[in-house]
Amino acid sequence: MTEIESHADAGSIESHPGLESSTVAPMAQMPNVVALGEGVAAADSTVEAGLELKVRSQWSYARDRFVRHRLAMASLIVLIFVFGVGAFANFVAPYSYSAIDLTNILHPPTTVGQHYFGTDEIGRDYFSRVIYGIRTSMEVGIFVAIVSSIIGLIIGAIAGYYGGWLDNLLMRVTDLVLTLPALAILLVASALLGAGNQWRVSLILALFFWTGLARIVRGIFLSLREKEYVEAAKAAGSHDIRIMFRHILPNTLGPVVVNGTLAVATAIITEAALSFLGFGIKPPTPSLGSLVVSGQSNPQKWWLTIFPGLTILLIVLCINFIGDGLRDALDPTQRRVRA
Amino acid sequence: MLTYITRRVLYSIPVLILSTFLSFTFVSLAGDPLGQLRLQRGMSPETLNNLKHQYHLDQPIPVRYWYWVQDVFLHKLGNSLVTLQPIWPDIQRTMGHTLQVVLTAELLALVLGVTVGIFSAIRQYSVFDYFFTSVSFLGLAMPVFWLALLLQVLFVDIYLKWNIRIFYTSGLNSPHGTAWSLDRLQHIALPVMTLCIISFALYSRYMRASMLDVLNTDYVRTARAKGLPEWRVVMGHVFRNALIPITTVAALNIGAVFGGAIITETIFTLDGIGYYFIGRLQALDIYAVMAYLLVTAVIIIVFNLIADILYGFLDPRIRYD
Amino acid sequence: MPEPILSIRNLVVEFKTEDGIVHAVDDITYDVFPGETLGIVGESGSGKSVSTLALLGLIPQPPGRIANGEAMFKGRDLLKLSKRDLRDFRGKEVAMIFQDPMTSLNPVLKVGFQLSEAIKTHFPKEKDDAIKARVIELLRLVGVPNPEQRYEQYPHEFSGGMRQRAMIAMSITNSPSILIADEPTTALDVTIQAQVLEVMKRVQAETDAATILITHDLGIVAEMCERVIVMYGGKIVEFGDVHTIFGKPRHPYTIGLMNSLPRLTEDEEWLQPIPGQPPSLINRPRGCAFHPRCFLAQGRPRCREEVPELRPIEGDQHGSACHFAEELRERPSRFAEPVGGAA
Repeated sequence: MTEIESHADAGSIESHPGLESSTVAPMAQMPNVVALGEGVAAADSTVEAGLELKVRSQWSYARDRFVRHRLAMASLIVLIFVFGVGAFANFVAPYSYSAIDLTNILHPPTTVGQHYFGTDEIGRDYFSRVIYGIRTSMEVGIFVAIVSSIIGLIIGAIAGYYGGWLDNLLMRVTDLVLTLPALAILLVASALLGAGNQWRVSLILALFFWTGLARIVRGIFLSLREKEYVEAAKAAGSHDIRIMFRHILPNTLGPVVVNGTLAVATAIITEAALSFLGFGIKPPTPSLGSLVVSGQSNPQKWWLTIFPGLTILLIVLCINFIGDGLRDALDPTQRRVRA
Repeated sequence: MLTYITRRVLYSIPVLILSTFLSFTFVSLAGDPLGQLRLQRGMSPETLNNLKHQYHLDQPIPVRYWYWVQDVFLHKLGNSLVTLQPIWPDIQRTMGHTLQVVLTAELLALVLGVTVGIFSAIRQYSVFDYFFTSVSFLGLAMPVFWLALLLQVLFVDIYLKWNIRIFYTSGLNSPHGTAWSLDRLQHIALPVMTLCIISFALYSRYMRASMLDVLNTDYVRTARAKGLPEWRVVMGHVFRNALIPITTVAALNIGAVFGGAIITETIFTLDGIGYYFIGRLQALDIYAVMAYLLVTAVIIIVFNLIADILYGFLDPRIRYD
Repeated sequence: MPEPILSIRNLVVEFKTEDGIVHAVDDITYDVFPGETLGIVGESGSGKSVSTLALLGLIPQPPGRIANGEAMFKGRDLLKLSKRDLRDFRGKEVAMIFQDPMTSLNPVLKVGFQLSEAIKTHFPKEKDDAIKARVIELLRLVGVPNPEQRYEQYPHEFSGGMRQRAMIAMSITNSPSILIADEPTTALDVTIQAQVLEVMKRVQAETDAATILITHDLGIVAEMCERVIVMYGGKIVEFGDVHTIFGKPRHPYTIGLMNSLPRLTEDEEWLQPIPGQPPSLINRPRGCAFHPRCFLAQGRPRCREEVPELRPIEGDQHGSACHFAEELRERPSRFAEPVGGAA
C-alpha cells in the first residue's frame, strides 16, 4: 500500500514510485487525517496527547469502507468459493461433464453416486455439469470484463484527453455501437461467424461492452486535463503518454474497477442468454445457459432448470453486491445512501 | 427545441446508414442468401441464376446495399429471399404484438416501480424498504430467460396438476382469440410479468436512489424551513426533481427492452418481432434480418431522442436551442 | 433588561455515526432579545449551525438526536413541539436563511412560486393576486431589479447575490420574530457580500426581527452584531456585547481569533494563526476542549482535567469559560476601538 501525503502536491512530476500524491485529485477529497486519542505524531505539529494525527493511505480507507459493507464482504466470500469450485472443476466434480450413463437418465437429486443435482436426459451428472458450467462462465466473464475494460479505457482516454475531432470520431463510433441492438447483433454475429467456441463468443461480447466505460473514462480525462498539475507537467516537458498514465489514469481506477466488476455479471448473463437461445457457446463446452435448455424440454424435472439458473442468479447477485461495496469504497464523495 | 430535434434526427441518419451498412456487409459476407433455396428440389440452375440476377446478388456489396436501401423506401423493405414474400406485412403484424406486450409491461413496471421507490425512500430502513430492496436486487440479477422459464414451468405444472388454466404458457391466442380479449390477456400475462419484474427492479431502485438524493438537498431543507407540511414537500418538491433522471432511465430502458423481448417471445412462442427475427436468422433470411435490425435501430434512436427531450422538458436548466 | 424572546437552556445535540457519537452541541445556554442582532462565531464544526437547526427541527432525527435541553419561545418549548405545531413556527415566527444560495432554491420551480409558497402555506385563505403582489414588493425591497419579470424566472437565471436576496425576501414574507441567518454571505464574492449585508440591514430596519447571525467572519460580526457568542468544540466559550468581545476578550480562543485577523493599519510580517487543529467531536480532549492549543494552559492539570464552566466576568453581560480568565485582564487590547461601526 502506498503512503500518500495528506495534501495534494500540485505538479509533482518527479514523484517517487511510492508517492503518487498528485495523481489522485478526486480521491483526495477524502479526509486523510484522523485525530485519535493516541497514535503517531504528525510531521509538522508539536501537539501532545489528545490531538495526534495519523496519516493513512487512500487505499486503506477504501479497504476499510469496503470491509464495513457486510453484504459485499459476504458476497465476496461466497463468490470466491463458487469461483474456486469452478476453477478447480477437474478436482471437485465427481464426473466429467460428458460422462453418459444411459441407465440413469433424468434422475432427481440424490446422494447416491454423488448425483447431488440429479442427472440429465442422457444420464450425465448434473452437479458436475453445473460445476464445469461455472468455470466457463467465470472464464467468459473475466475475459470480457478485462478486454472490454482495456478497450474502453484506451478509447475513453484518447477521446477525453485529445478532444477535438478525435474525440468526435470516437464518440460517434461509441454511439454507433450503442445504437445497434446489442442482443440482436450478437445473435447475428454468432449465427454468421459460427460461434460455438467459448473464446470467440467472449471476444464478440467484449467488442460490445466497452462503450459504458469509454464514456466514463472520457469524462474523467476531459475534466482532469484542464487541471493545473497537468499544465505544470506539460510545462516541465512531460509528454502526453506519461501525463495520461501517471497523472490522470489513476483517477479512473475507481470507475474502472466498479465497471469491470459489474461487467463480469453482465457478460455472464448475456453469454447464458445467448447459449440458451442456441447462439452462444455450443456443446460440448458446458455453459450454464445451455444447461437450462434441457430444463425447458423436461419441465417436470425441476432440477434441470433450477440448478443452473440458481447458480447464475447467485453469481450475479454476489457480483452486484460486491460492485455496490466497491462503489461505496472507492467513491465516497458520492452522496449515496446504501441500498 | 424544434431545431434541436431536427439536428438530432439529421445527425442520427449517418449513424443509421453506417450501422445498417456494416450490418448488411457483415450479413452478406457470412452467408449465402440463396443457400436455402438451393437445397430445394426442383430448383433448376437457371431459376437460381435468374433469382441471383433479380436480387442483384452478382453485384458487389455496396451496390447491393444501395439496392436494399431503395427497397426499404420504395418497396417497404422489399421481399424476403427465402420466402420470396414481402417483408413489411410480417414486420407490421409482429411489431404490433411486441408493442402490446412491451408497452404493457413497461407501463406497469413504471407505475409500480416509481411508487415503490417513493415509499422505500420515505420509509428508509423500514421492513417495506428492505423487502423491496431485496426484491429489486434479485430482479436485477435474474437472467431473463430463466425467469421466463420458471414462470412457464410453474404454470404448466399448475395446469397439469389441477387442470386450471390461469395463464397460458405459449402463443398469443387460442384459436378464435382476438387482440383485446381476456384470452389475449391470459396469453400475454406471463411474458408481461417477466419483463415487468425486471424493469420494475430497475425503476424502483433508481427511483429510490433518486428520491434519497433529493431528500438530502438544501432546497428540500428550505422547503421544510418554510413550514410546508411533509406531504407537500415530498409531492411538490422532492417528487418532481426525483422524477427527472427516471424519465431518462425509462426511455432508454424501453428502447433496450425491445431487444430483451427476443428471449421472452422465444420462450413463450409469441408471434412478435423478436421471435420473427430469430426464425429469420436461423433461416439466414438476410433481408428480413436486415429489416429487423433497421426497425430496432430506429426504435432505439427514437427512444434516445425521447429521453433527451423529456429531460429538457422537465428540467428548466436544460434548454436546447 | 427586556425579556428575551428566545431562551435556550442546556441544549445537547448528538449524531450517531459509524465512527462513534459526534457531540455537535454540548450544553448550550443563551438568550436572544427582541430586535437585536446576535452573532454566533466559531470555526466549522463548532456547532454553531447545528444549534439553530435544532430549533427549527431541521436536524435529521435518525442520525441526529436532541439529547437534552429546551428552547422557550413565546412561552412554548420549540424542542417539544409536535410536527404540526412546529410547522406553524417555521417560516412564520422563526425563519431561516441558508448558506448556499446556489443549492437552497429548487431548480425546477419558478422563484416567484417558491416565495409565494412561503406565504400561502401559512395564510391559505389569501388571494393569489395579493400574494403575488406582496412577493414582488418584497423582491423590490431586497433590491432585485425588475421584480415582476424575475418572479417568473427560475433560480438558475439569477446570479448568486440575487439568489441570496431572494432567499432573504423569502424569509421575511411572514414577518418573523426571529431571523436566523446561517453564514449568509460565505458562498458569495466579497463585493456581493457587502451588498447582501446592506440588504440585511435594511430588512432588519423594516421588520424589527431579532436576528441570529451565524458566521466565522469577524468582520461581519463587527459590522452587523450587537452581541456576540463565541463557540468552540460544541460549547460556548465566551459571550458579550461586541465592543467587549473585540476590545476586552477574556478567553484564549477569542484572543487567538482576534490576533489572527490581519490588521490593515499595522505592519505585520507574519500572520498569527491559532496552532493545531479543531478537535474531533467524537473523541474530544479531556477537560477543556481548547487546552491542546491554548497559550494560557501551559500544561496546567486543571485545564487538562476539568471542564471549565461558563461564568460571568465583571457583570453578567460578559461571560467566559476559562479557568484562568482573570489572568487575561491586563492584556493590551488589540483593537483600541471596534473595527466596524455597529451601533
